[in-house]
Amino acid sequence: MTQPIQDSLGLTGDQLLELYRQLLTIRAFEERVKYESSLGNVLGPTHLYIGEEAIAVGVCAALRPDDYITSTHRGHGHALAKGCRPDRMMAELFGRETGYCRGKGGSQHIADFSAGMLGANGIVAGGIPIATGAGLAIQLKQSDQVVISFFGESASNRGPFHEGINLAAVWRLPVLFVCEFNHFGQYTYARQVMRVENVADRAAAYGIPGLVVDGNDVLAVYQAAREAIARLRAGDGPMLLECKTYRLEGHNIGDELYYRTPGEAEAWRLKDPIDRYSAWLKDREVLSEALEAVTQARVQAEIDSAVAFAQASPFPPVEAALQDVFSADYAVRLS
Amino acid sequence: MMATPMPAGVQMETRRITFRDAVREALQEEMQRDPTIFVIGECVELRSAWRTTRDLSVLFPGRVRDTPISESAIVGAAVGAAMLGMRPVAEIMVGDFVTTCMDELVNQAGKARYMFGGQIDLPLVVRIPTGLAKNAAAQHSQTLESWFMHAPGLLVAAPSTPYDCKGMLKAALRGRDPVLFFEYKMLYALQGDVPADDYTVPLGVADVKRAGRDVTVLCWGSVVHKALAAAVALEADGVSVEVLDLRSLVPLDTPAIQRSVERTHRAVVVEEACRPASAGADIAAWIAEHVFYSLDAPIKRLAAPPVPKPFSTPLEQAVVPQTDDIVRAVRELL
Repeated sequence: MTQPIQDSLGLTGDQLLELYRQLLTIRAFEERVKYESSLGNVLGPTHLYIGEEAIAVGVCAALRPDDYITSTHRGHGHALAKGCRPDRMMAELFGRETGYCRGKGGSQHIADFSAGMLGANGIVAGGIPIATGAGLAIQLKQSDQVVISFFGESASNRGPFHEGINLAAVWRLPVLFVCEFNHFGQYTYARQVMRVENVADRAAAYGIPGLVVDGNDVLAVYQAAREAIARLRAGDGPMLLECKTYRLEGHNIGDELYYRTPGEAEAWRLKDPIDRYSAWLKDREVLSEALEAVTQARVQAEIDSAVAFAQASPFPPVEAALQDVFSADYAVRLS
Repeated sequence: MMATPMPAGVQMETRRITFRDAVREALQEEMQRDPTIFVIGECVELRSAWRTTRDLSVLFPGRVRDTPISESAIVGAAVGAAMLGMRPVAEIMVGDFVTTCMDELVNQAGKARYMFGGQIDLPLVVRIPTGLAKNAAAQHSQTLESWFMHAPGLLVAAPSTPYDCKGMLKAALRGRDPVLFFEYKMLYALQGDVPADDYTVPLGVADVKRAGRDVTVLCWGSVVHKALAAAVALEADGVSVEVLDLRSLVPLDTPAIQRSVERTHRAVVVEEACRPASAGADIAAWIAEHVFYSLDAPIKRLAAPPVPKPFSTPLEQAVVPQTDDIVRAVRELL
């Protein structure tokens, strides 16, 4: 692991506080999703990003608005960090017409192409070759945009990880592969299914650099991502950035966590990325108790308003079930 | 192989070219017209295994790219590039290899527009050389169109002539949806007349390859030529066979099926794929459901038995319907 970062990396106080606000927003969004799911308002299987927020925030802070990301089944944090709106996300989770996918995708398919969010993906490793293709499009357009592909360590055991990264490496595409090592593939520990400790070690197989950072340190993630992205924009080809973290919640809402080693989560809670960062900010007098309270209240108000928006939005009309299969050029065969 | 005529009514200056050159010409002309089109696949820079991309990498540097043997990455990358407004053409060298990229075809390409609420067009073409090739055996001979009729969101095309192939591929490259373009390998050497000028053939429109009164033979791809040969043989006996080339399976031109079967009152559905849950099964069911009262005889189906395609020539020829089988099936209906 890299050493904890001692300086502010040239970020202004406002920029440092913006990272803090984003971390809080993702946490508050996820806590509320859990609650709304228990009420039956959030529909379907839902995977929470609690404990892993520093990765999405740190990486996306190093992006430009015109860059792209691909995400996973655990994608709410990526979407928020890339600039998706909490209200339209919440509406999607509620299955409403005003959601990003008009209520046809749900948690595992949130996408906002106008924000460069190329989709959560319900297939583990599904986003990796797509990110490679986005990188290919950028290269063919001779643009200096970049693509981030977020995935978990379990994705690195699937074929598309190998194929997608190898192809990106061969063509030197501007894709940063970001592995969120959260220790679990559903109910299985990573150590049960991998002989290597670090997914980053696998980068050597593709002839690209692999780096491990503390995924619960938002500034460490930001610094590593910033350096990697500068590499990408210079045309030096892809890189694998592994962020060590821990999935504080279950695989999905409702997971009883029988399989988890006792005491383990408690130990990781002491390394909670938000607590660590707020302590760091306070230590440097960037964040005061008063500002902390104000920020928390603002974030909470935004989430309340997102829920109100979702609640007030209609369900999609049933005709929508038959729309968007093809472009308007073709109709779905109904008989 | 015999040559195919132009469709009746098409009056332009024409040239005689092969099916494989129809593919290459369509790609070349569309790449010239549209800089967002590019080609990826295994060995496509030199010529591709089927010699369908010859010279393109020289004409369009950087836009025709050899990939590793990585079908998931080929199709997945095509999906990602299409999301950013490019028009990828991905070649899967042999149709059986779609098994190695089913997630990217079915879960990603087929569902992206829908599950993202219609936010994007996904204009990509996956070219799939398919079907029997002499003695290619179990893992290089299948034709799997029916799998993709069952998976929502994918257009499925399977032309039978150079004219249709070039026109339909051009239409696919101008569309907004993912198209699986099945090219029957046994047709690559087939010659046919193709207009010198630009033209397209719309997807989802069937074509009467031979008009007839007594029986409709419904088919697509390489089987069309066996059906045409059967029609010639039956004509000597005074039996008039209509050969309806469906050309696309998604969309399926059900109005054309209805028109033809209502006129002939008899239907034979012929395909090279295995019989259970096949494209032909669906077409036969559609006829039974919608044109039943026009039928004078049960619908007849010819397909391969559900066995892997065998290697040795007599076995290989025995498992797929041949011209004689079509002749026999038609006679049984009269």
